[in-house]
Amino acid sequence: MKHLLSIDHLTVQEAVGILDTATELSRVNDGQLKKLPTLRGRTVVNLFAEDSTRTRISFEAAAKRLSADVINFSAKGSSISKGESLKDTAMTLQAMGADAVVIRHSASGAAQRLADNQWMSGAVINAGDGTHEHPSQAILDAFTIRKHLGKGASDLQGLHVAIVGDILHSRVARSNVLLLALLGAKVTLVAPPTLLPIGIEKWPCNVTYDFDSVLPVIDAVMMLRVQQERMTELFFPNAREYSRYYGLNAERMRKLKPTALIMHPGPMNRGLEISAEVADSARSVITEQVSNGVSVRMAILYVLLAGSPLDVGSI
Amino acid sequence: MNVALSAEDISRALTRISHEILERNHGSANVVLLGIPTRGAHLALRVAEIMAKIEGTDIPCGTLDITLHRDDLRLRPPRAIMPTLIPASGIEGRDVVLIDDVLFSGRTIRSALDALGEVGRPKTVQLAVLVDRGHRELPIKADYVGKNLPSSLDQSIRVSLTEIDGRDEVVIENRKQS
Repeated sequence: MKHLLSIDHLTVQEAVGILDTATELSRVNDGQLKKLPTLRGRTVVNLFAEDSTRTRISFEAAAKRLSADVINFSAKGSSISKGESLKDTAMTLQAMGADAVVIRHSASGAAQRLADNQWMSGAVINAGDGTHEHPSQAILDAFTIRKHLGKGASDLQGLHVAIVGDILHSRVARSNVLLLALLGAKVTLVAPPTLLPIGIEKWPCNVTYDFDSVLPVIDAVMMLRVQQERMTELFFPNAREYSRYYGLNAERMRKLKPTALIMHPGPMNRGLEISAEVADSARSVITEQVSNGVSVRMAILYVLLAGSPLDVGSI
Repeated sequence: MNVALSAEDISRALTRISHEILERNHGSANVVLLGIPTRGAHLALRVAEIMAKIEGTDIPCGTLDITLHRDDLRLRPPRAIMPTLIPASGIEGRDVVLIDDVLFSGRTIRSALDALGEVGRPKTVQLAVLVDRGHRELPIKADYVGKNLPSSLDQSIRVSLTEIDGRDEVVIENRKQS
């Protein structure tokens, strides 16, 4: 494994390997020690050409806990805003000796493009590319589900997860469907027809328009953010109607199994897809997802960077 | 192939090491055993069991993974991280006995000392190994040794334990001529 671009490229063994590594690293995070010497002398560049709070901070914390050097740069305030191309940016990073680039970009396939071309030799980690994929988020979601409901199993066999809301614009949904299916879970997507992408019938999951019908049978529910910034046309009549049909409120929460997990990748639109009461309830693992994110991203950096550098022969 | 230690030899060596640990530390009251995964962890459990029988009390026993502290990480493909389980008693102010199967270059133990430093500050750190095969690359010495096996660098020492390999045995093998 040289890059992490898409869940599609992962095997079950690789996925379980990252989850197991994250489990051990989360013990490290729980204890007194917060810092390990493992990636000392390695440089990780956070290249964020699109806004992000959680993912960028999470990758930064993960890299720092493994003693890597972190260079952050975002589109605003860098030459990207002057119109520098991805290629020139990548060649600059190569010249500075980046061992890994964590890239968030509004264009689907940006991470793949960075990895496929010979612009730079380091590992590329996709931290969200347009509406395509967000693999590290999916891995941390799977990690959270396995921690609570895995019953000691290495995969998610037999669990049923619903992903609800704006599937059309969600890279989190695509990565999650692929990973949960890979790990043996059953996935049901819940969304209005206007917010489902074309070709959804080929995804390894079920689809329904009726949220209430799945509530009593699922083990975890993942609420997605309604991505108003990507909505250039009208996808539902108004926010109140969306909330009534697809929002998770206290009444719907009562219909869930008592053990069911409530998840949200953040940032939340409180009152739209999830009510404040549900988001702050004891069943919500939303803040835990954030802390698990650090362990999972440490595991990803460990797997990609700790071993022998793959370009040794070409120097 | 040459059997250096049989199942009985291993059992006797572990019993002797257990007694030596108790003698040197004047009992088990302050002792914490930490095995280095994978085989060291199983050896630690066995030593803890023997010591518990002698002393009539439970001995705190855990595991200490050193993967994240290795100095050769960049020379090999990534390794799986094994569990680190520190007993509830902690290691602060305790006499910690590290247990591993083979003492060779000493680099594993150096990593273990670094890993230990992250967990806490023990009163003393001691080292018990089933086999010391020589060829040290660092100034490290074991306090308790099951068997000294002077070996050549062309040979490899293979430790098998019932818990993992189905039987107890230490064999010396000559590496294949290349």
